[in-house]
Amino acid sequence: MSIRASAPRNYAWRRFVGRLMQTLTIVATTLAIVPLLLIIGYVLYRGGASLTPGFFTTDYLPPALGGGIEFTDPTVPAPIGEQPFNPDDPFAGVGIDSLPGTGLENETIPGTAADGASDPAAQPRPPEGDLTQITAQGGVRHGIVGTLLVTIFALLLAIPLGLLAGIFLAEYRDNSVATVVRFCCDVLSGAPSIIVGVVAFVLIVAPTQTYSGWAGSVALAVLMVPTITRATEEMLKLVPDSTREGAMALGAPTWWSTFTVVVPTALVGIVTGVLLAFARGAGETAPLLLTIQGSNKLSFDMNEPIAALPLMIYKYIESPFPSENDLAWGAAFVLTVLVLIVNILARALTRRRTR
Amino acid sequence: MAQTPAVEPFSTRESWLGRLNRRTAHGDRPFWVLVLLFALAIIGLVGAVGLVVYVGSAEARGLYGLSFLTGTVWNPVATEVREASYGAWPAIRGTLLSSLIAVLLAGPLGILIGVFLSELCPLRLRTPLSFMVELLAAIPSVIYGLWGVAVFVPFFRDYIADPIANSLGTNLPWLAGPVATGRGLMAAGMVLALMILPTIAAISRDVLAVVPSSQREVLMALGANRWEVIWQSVLPYARAGIIGAVMLGLGRALGETMAATMLIGNSTRIEQSLFAPATTAASLIANQLPNANDALHESALVYVALVLFGITLLLNLIARLLVWQVSRGPIGRV
Repeated sequence: MSIRASAPRNYAWRRFVGRLMQTLTIVATTLAIVPLLLIIGYVLYRGGASLTPGFFTTDYLPPALGGGIEFTDPTVPAPIGEQPFNPDDPFAGVGIDSLPGTGLENETIPGTAADGASDPAAQPRPPEGDLTQITAQGGVRHGIVGTLLVTIFALLLAIPLGLLAGIFLAEYRDNSVATVVRFCCDVLSGAPSIIVGVVAFVLIVAPTQTYSGWAGSVALAVLMVPTITRATEEMLKLVPDSTREGAMALGAPTWWSTFTVVVPTALVGIVTGVLLAFARGAGETAPLLLTIQGSNKLSFDMNEPIAALPLMIYKYIESPFPSENDLAWGAAFVLTVLVLIVNILARALTRRRTR
Repeated sequence: MAQTPAVEPFSTRESWLGRLNRRTAHGDRPFWVLVLLFALAIIGLVGAVGLVVYVGSAEARGLYGLSFLTGTVWNPVATEVREASYGAWPAIRGTLLSSLIAVLLAGPLGILIGVFLSELCPLRLRTPLSFMVELLAAIPSVIYGLWGVAVFVPFFRDYIADPIANSLGTNLPWLAGPVATGRGLMAAGMVLALMILPTIAAISRDVLAVVPSSQREVLMALGANRWEVIWQSVLPYARAGIIGAVMLGLGRALGETMAATMLIGNSTRIEQSLFAPATTAASLIANQLPNANDALHESALVYVALVLFGITLLLNLIARLLVWQVSRGPIGRV
């Protein structure tokens, strides 16, 4: 190291610069952390305000259908609420009550009375006509179900791949293959998620001619693999070699000691990695836009377009209807809380391990 | 205690199990092959991603070649007077400019935060603050986009963009109005800066934390104060890693889709003003690929993805090399 040749002018000046820069770092930290906390706080506050009693138990409700009509009649052709929502169409969801010939004119009033009693979210009948006045209605059950389905199937795809690749990296450390694999992991985790979405679109969505939950799961799995692999590798490396040698001394082959001694020892750390991968996957939006497309109805079918919380946020915040904006904020609330809880849980797990 | 197994009577013939054990090294060789295959699958994944975007863009590559990168017109709608034509420059320009704004804002701030967390912060605050920064880095980008659309953009339009456009903007064309909705390069760049700030801060802190204490002690012994120790010893020692941290943040900004899509206004025209709507490579793909007009349109979008992949690949390579260098081979080893 070389020390600057020109000596600072005097002690007072040096002290001044030191104090100034130290203050600057504190100011920078405050300047960054406070607004970021305010963002999260605002999302929680605004989202919390739009939680209605039936928020977690009901699905999307178009602004025009504030009365809580349920389309149980299979003869009703494609209710408007189930068509893909188009934020540019000011008439989206308008006027199902008044459409002639759908058979709905007669069902509206009884349906309201019967379902309104059992469903508290549907109780307040909004003022006729003015759709821009209706606030929070409907719920995010379909989004939660969709996000969980797609993310959990993605985890099921990613865990075996990530775990075994991580075992390879940790147990057979120094060879050229391991170096290349590590680099590929870094490339995958650094690649923009939209590119993985493009790949899933070209490989799965385009040939099958339909958006599907499976395509979304595959895309998310590719994004999760590097996280799980690196977490597994790091955690297995922390297991002391004496543990492996102990198993070896008892006559266990490597594979046996890996699965019964080494992996269980590092299990908490690996679970942490999986949890972080889950949180990352649940928040991904861009690849889902190209693979599962989003939907307004509750669906468990992974072969068709399916709803997801991030997509709901993206679509409904641009909506002209306050009720749909409220839904976006509510979905953001659920997503933020989910991500925060999973991260804090992961943190708590590692802390207990290191103690 | 387990019961002692009955001793097998001695036999010259090897049992099938013994033969299997001998040939497979007690199962270790199949195990090695298994985990090797899964590790190779990761290489395969990266190869598949590259291959798919390369093959998928064949049509556009054949038609435009490398002039695609500098083509300024992106017009997917064929009319009687204008044919559909595709050029990636509006997207590349928007991507680079918005990321540049983000890094210029978030880079210095993030490094200062890293310095505070690793050098100056009271020990009691260090863990909770570091945890908070990591937590903020984990918040999904769509949340930042949501906040940007609903809270930041109206504020930005009324109190930042409009006054600047009306005063400075009258002379400087790149700050000129009209500020229509407020969505544009500047708004997107600023929210991107907020998003990558935790990433840069967390990695700089990690890099600074591995600087050996001897580096600090030497300068302290020479009578330097705290800031001089940081400025003349700690930061130079970790400079490669810090540059790497900023580049990783840049990589995140380049590839970020949702916040950019929601805030940049999505216009493929090239306008001089930073307040005007623009587009990025990622947001162009997210907007147009789900409803591409024809095969050429789709192919051109995949070509944009190929370009974006190339840029981020290169950036990641350099950044990883720098971070790796600081963690393995220190500049001024004692």
